[in-house]
Amino acid sequence: MNVTTLAKSPQREVNYAPRVFDLDAAPLRELNLALHQVTDASDEPSWEVINPKGSHAVAAGVAQPIAVEVRGSVGYYCGGMNDKASITVHGSAGPGVGENMMSGQITVKGDASQYAGATGRGGLLVIEGNASSRCGISMKGIDIVVRGNVGHMSAFMAQSGNLVVLGDAGDALGDSIYEARLFVRGSVKSLGADCIKKEMRPEHIAKLKELLDRAGITDVKPEEFTRYGSARTLYNFNIDNADAY
Amino acid sequence: MTYHNPPTTPRRSATFDDYTMSEIRRAAATGIYDIRGSGAKRKLPHFDDLLFLGASISRYPLEGYRERCDTSVVLGARHAKKPIELKIPITIAGMSFGSLSGPAKEALGRGATIAGTSTTTGDGGMTEEERGHSQTLVYQYLPSRYGMNPRDLRRADAIEIVVGQGAKPGGGGMLLGQKISDRVAEMRTLPKGIDQRSACRHPDWTGPDDLEIKILELREITDWEKPIYVKVGGARPYYDTALAVKAGADVVVLDGMQGGTAATQEVFIEHVGQPTLACIRPAVKALQDLGMHRKVQLIVSGGIRNGADVAKALALGADAVSIGTAALIALGDNDPRWEDEYQKLGTTAGAYDDWHEGKDPAGITTQDAELMKRVDPIAAGRRLANYLKVMTLEAQTIARACGKNHVHNLEPEDLCALTIESAAMAGVPLAGTGWIPGKGSF
Repeated sequence: MNVTTLAKSPQREVNYAPRVFDLDAAPLRELNLALHQVTDASDEPSWEVINPKGSHAVAAGVAQPIAVEVRGSVGYYCGGMNDKASITVHGSAGPGVGENMMSGQITVKGDASQYAGATGRGGLLVIEGNASSRCGISMKGIDIVVRGNVGHMSAFMAQSGNLVVLGDAGDALGDSIYEARLFVRGSVKSLGADCIKKEMRPEHIAKLKELLDRAGITDVKPEEFTRYGSARTLYNFNIDNADAY
Repeated sequence: MTYHNPPTTPRRSATFDDYTMSEIRRAAATGIYDIRGSGAKRKLPHFDDLLFLGASISRYPLEGYRERCDTSVVLGARHAKKPIELKIPITIAGMSFGSLSGPAKEALGRGATIAGTSTTTGDGGMTEEERGHSQTLVYQYLPSRYGMNPRDLRRADAIEIVVGQGAKPGGGGMLLGQKISDRVAEMRTLPKGIDQRSACRHPDWTGPDDLEIKILELREITDWEKPIYVKVGGARPYYDTALAVKAGADVVVLDGMQGGTAATQEVFIEHVGQPTLACIRPAVKALQDLGMHRKVQLIVSGGIRNGADVAKALALGADAVSIGTAALIALGDNDPRWEDEYQKLGTTAGAYDDWHEGKDPAGITTQDAELMKRVDPIAAGRRLANYLKVMTLEAQTIARACGKNHVHNLEPEDLCALTIESAAMAGVPLAGTGWIPGKGSF
């Protein structure tokens, strides 16, 4: 294990051992700069971040298919706007983990705070614990799988993508939802405006199976979930729907 | 002989005037509030209520055309590795592709580039037209995050986090189904033809402490290269400016209630927010109190129309101004040449503000493929550049008359006010007196 705080390794050679970055020894700026300077993922495919201690914006803006293992809990916006990278947080994540993610995968081994996967456009966000309120808010194509529960206002204004919840959902699930699909295995405390229960057709079972497989979840069956989505009654304004807003 | 009482002249109510009664009838017939574009149309205290004093025996002027009066402005030097330097202190405000046609966005980019200034994206993402034709492009980071992606963030020259805008402080964006073409729908990841009501709050932060962390994230993603602006509507300018500075902004953009919008409720436009004139001094005071005036730049927008307005905003302490509505007029918006078509829409040139309907005869606020052909982006861009240059020359003319060799050297001391209201708002003496209402006696 080579511990380095340098922005870039001096030699261009394939480094099979993870490059370890100690956030106790060097600032966040050096970590993210080093991650952004990767132009060929095969050069340095594996990274490890130690001592994150709740730092914000850890591994934000990565744009290469590298693997980043974060050993500990992180603050806001870990993996923000991630594109192609596979990031694993061996701890819990603060607000906005994987916000506006484009592709790749982020896995949180612990719990996630508010706004997990907010506005995400692609890729897969897996939260092995619980997610707080507004999980998947304004999601735009991302797939999110939460092994535990999600808090209130999750999938608020969700436009596209899939939110899978193995546990329960809080109040106002899918409020003002557009075309995103929500799959909840447990209970839903209440549905938000224009969000309704929908039929699980074969294509939804197949999609859910694929999502669970990608998330590495094998102990539940797609048939145990209920699908929710938009009733599409608020897509164009009608004064007689005013009390729904 | 029959005696007739003399009749009184029919008397209309000042409270229930023609417009008010027509709005009541419209609301009763349609069951929906009035939605329109543009900014506040009511008469408000404005820059016209201020005058420059000019030079005399106690001040001497600079020679026009001979002695230099600089107009350049640097934005974002507080934290950004690559601050922006503009030739003129007049920028083009954020207006979305979706609300505006592609040719109109291209024309804005072309005009701004010729004049040496920046243009700004809007609530809909960055188009190739505007990136390609804008030498300096500011990328708006909005609550909806429509079209947001890290590639465009890095292609931008600056990032503007939009917290609010003057036409609707506290309100979100609105783009009705008529304008959601295939391209607009794809950029916004939404079905074609639905009404799009953007959120009024950002999805992943609330409050100034979160904003500070959001700014940190954006700086990290862009490797601290880009200036970060924070745009606020004219609501509580002292505190909003102070909090934006505290959160780490390089530039504060302050938009008064005359600032335009693509579409929102009439009641919002006319009844929420403060006039631009009332916003500037509190914002400048916040910067001064924090020791950040001229270190964090202040861009003021909302009803800027000519070089006098530019000069007055700068004299009150702004570093630059931004124009939206005026830029559209320069491109051809509300041009009398389309009067016949405005009449068919039930309006008249100069009053057309149903920008959300997508039927703009001038081809600017539309996604109609035929109408947008009416905008020649090269010619319209040239008109915008001409207009920007005229405004700059006008501001320089005034600055020289006040003896200033840079437009930033204009100061409140160069101004007086025509009304008590404007004197109080601008913090300058009422004309003919030394009285600043709220600051000492007559």
